[in-house]
Amino acid sequence: MEGHSVYQPKSGVAKWFEDRLPIVGLVHASAVAYPVPRNLNYFWTFGGILTVMLVAQILTGVVLAMHYVPDSTLAFASVEKIMRDVNYGWLLRYMHANGASMFFIAVYIHMFRGLYYGSYQAPREVLWILGVLILLLMMATAFMGYVLPWGQMSFWGATVITNLFSAFPLVGPSIVTWLWGGFSVGDPTLNRFFALHYLLPFMIAGVVGLHIWALHHVGQNNPTGVEVKDIRKDTVPFTPYATLKDSFAMVCFFIFFAWFIFYLPNFLGHADNYTEANPLVTPAHIVPEWYFLPFYAILRAVPSKLGGVLLMFGAIAVLLFLPWLDGSKVRSANYRPIYRIFFFLLVADCIYLGWIGSKPAISPYVGLSQLAAAYYFLHFLVILPIVSRLETPKPLPASIADSVLANGSGPLPGQPGLAPLVGGSTHGQV
Amino acid sequence: MIVRVERKNMTSRTIAGAGRAVALIIAVGLSALSLDATRASAAEQEHPPRQSWSFSGPFGKFDPAQLQRGFKVYREVCSNCHALSMVAFRNLAEPGGLGLTEEQAKAIAGEYKIEDGPNDSGDMFERPGRLSDYFPSPFPNEQAARAANGGAHPPDMSTLAKARTYERGFPTFLFDIVTQFQEQGQDYIHALVGGYEEAPEGVKPPKNGLHYNKYFPGHWIGMAPPIQEGQVDYTDGTPATVDQYGKDVASFLTWAAEPHLVARKKTGLVVMFFLVIFAGLLYFTKKRVWAGLKEKHA
Repeated sequence: MEGHSVYQPKSGVAKWFEDRLPIVGLVHASAVAYPVPRNLNYFWTFGGILTVMLVAQILTGVVLAMHYVPDSTLAFASVEKIMRDVNYGWLLRYMHANGASMFFIAVYIHMFRGLYYGSYQAPREVLWILGVLILLLMMATAFMGYVLPWGQMSFWGATVITNLFSAFPLVGPSIVTWLWGGFSVGDPTLNRFFALHYLLPFMIAGVVGLHIWALHHVGQNNPTGVEVKDIRKDTVPFTPYATLKDSFAMVCFFIFFAWFIFYLPNFLGHADNYTEANPLVTPAHIVPEWYFLPFYAILRAVPSKLGGVLLMFGAIAVLLFLPWLDGSKVRSANYRPIYRIFFFLLVADCIYLGWIGSKPAISPYVGLSQLAAAYYFLHFLVILPIVSRLETPKPLPASIADSVLANGSGPLPGQPGLAPLVGGSTHGQV
Repeated sequence: MIVRVERKNMTSRTIAGAGRAVALIIAVGLSALSLDATRASAAEQEHPPRQSWSFSGPFGKFDPAQLQRGFKVYREVCSNCHALSMVAFRNLAEPGGLGLTEEQAKAIAGEYKIEDGPNDSGDMFERPGRLSDYFPSPFPNEQAARAANGGAHPPDMSTLAKARTYERGFPTFLFDIVTQFQEQGQDYIHALVGGYEEAPEGVKPPKNGLHYNKYFPGHWIGMAPPIQEGQVDYTDGTPATVDQYGKDVASFLTWAAEPHLVARKKTGLVVMFFLVIFAGLLYFTKKRVWAGLKEKHA
């Protein structure tokens, strides 16, 4: 999309360089001049927050990897060594461990924002699918990362989750042996999980690059779901407007993050993981990390193991088809009153699934989890396709600028040339 | 293959004693096919009464005198069965902890015999401990510990305060985020130390040599009542009660599990202060810039 201003190198050196590698111009186009719908709310700040979290996870993770030993007899002690003897090791490890949780909090908000405002609809299908792939990679990374401290929950979580693959007929047991690199979760498993845990974040970074590329190609959705019609009226340049707004939201998110790092560093983990892994002692209660609980509940809702595994993966796979399941001509739930109700029911259902996932799989939780899991799929496969095609949406504002005006927070009508004057750019105010 | 199932110490757990394969199968069975009685008994766990701790909350600090008392209890009582393998003598003199001087820590280390070697002739030998040594463990390995304790394994105490908890339940766990309550482990350890009582009538231990404890999940614990009133001498006038021993040892174990707790909370305060000010500045800057957008065109 056309930006508000174009990068013009000022010095001779910059011009020389730009002619050969236009990278400064690229950064300028995507982080300075990039047009941002002027009506974005704070739910749109989570993309930036996620990017920063990914970088933070990689930086803390690289330093942790310098001190960590991926050996089943030494791993637990090496993590404790980081906590006790490495300078600020406790800070690095708590940032990294809580950072994973913060990452998921941000990604779930980011995704529900997409669901609410129909951000997956044309022309953003590929953008959305790339996002789902990032989620899958994140889940794999987080799962393997949790195994590394080699506590009781690490070991038994790894055992339970890798064993899921044994549900596949014929090849199942061979797959599990292959994953383990042996006949039980052991040293080879820990080593490969460490290698993959170090590799996958860079793959995430790659897909994030594609995700941002796709985003900047099609432009951001916005709370009205109305496409940008006039860049000068409907958008503001990324810098300083979105930069400042994103920074403020980011620092607020960091306050929340720091609250956990410094005051509740183990709140989101399991006490059992401070006991070294022991293959001969099963914890009373094997529970995955909180961010996997809704999927865990779906897994356990099905009496057949294979069925449970398929349904659990199906819960994510269904998201890939979302752009085509939703047949609405209108994106934003703000203008889809019936879909809006079902959206909030879905949010409630997911939280509810998470709560059930943390409970032992005994009556009445099994029955409840079956209802909740069924509703999850009902939402995507029945309710959404039907409601989106039958519902008559409320009238949309004529443009983004109009919607801002209607709120009384924008410029007065009849004023042409809304784009602000930025960095020597001459268009805008005429 | 023989599968031996028995009750174990600390939490009621299932032990499969015939190799990893059996353990794995059981674990997967347990988790996939909905859990059995062990879960039910875990859910029955009595909530330990809440204590006040000097190190709780955002301004929490260790009380050096209390840590020293707890250390004394550990040395004279717990250390007979429980290892503290991740704590070194040098840690005793580190700031934010027991507040001992390096000389005092050195003297304590010197009271321990540490196996070292091999020397030039290839023999292992014993020498007095140094600051860089770690606390020696009472048993050479888990099997020896179990053999000496009726099949139960006294857990290593290095991370124990963080490795014990009880379920807070909804909505309490949400309030805990705001109140920063995270002393479940400490409350539990304190309650457990003084939680021995007569088993209710008709309740029999699953095997001999177990003791009834109100707060232990499943109630039957391998550890005999570890301490009695007056067993450890306190020289600072603190009452030598089981209740006080429990508090002191739980505090000491908190330090052992989290020696940088004080530094963490202090750093947190500075970070929070910075972030809140920074957020405020950003908020007003953002407001000003966005307001400029309106004014220009209004």
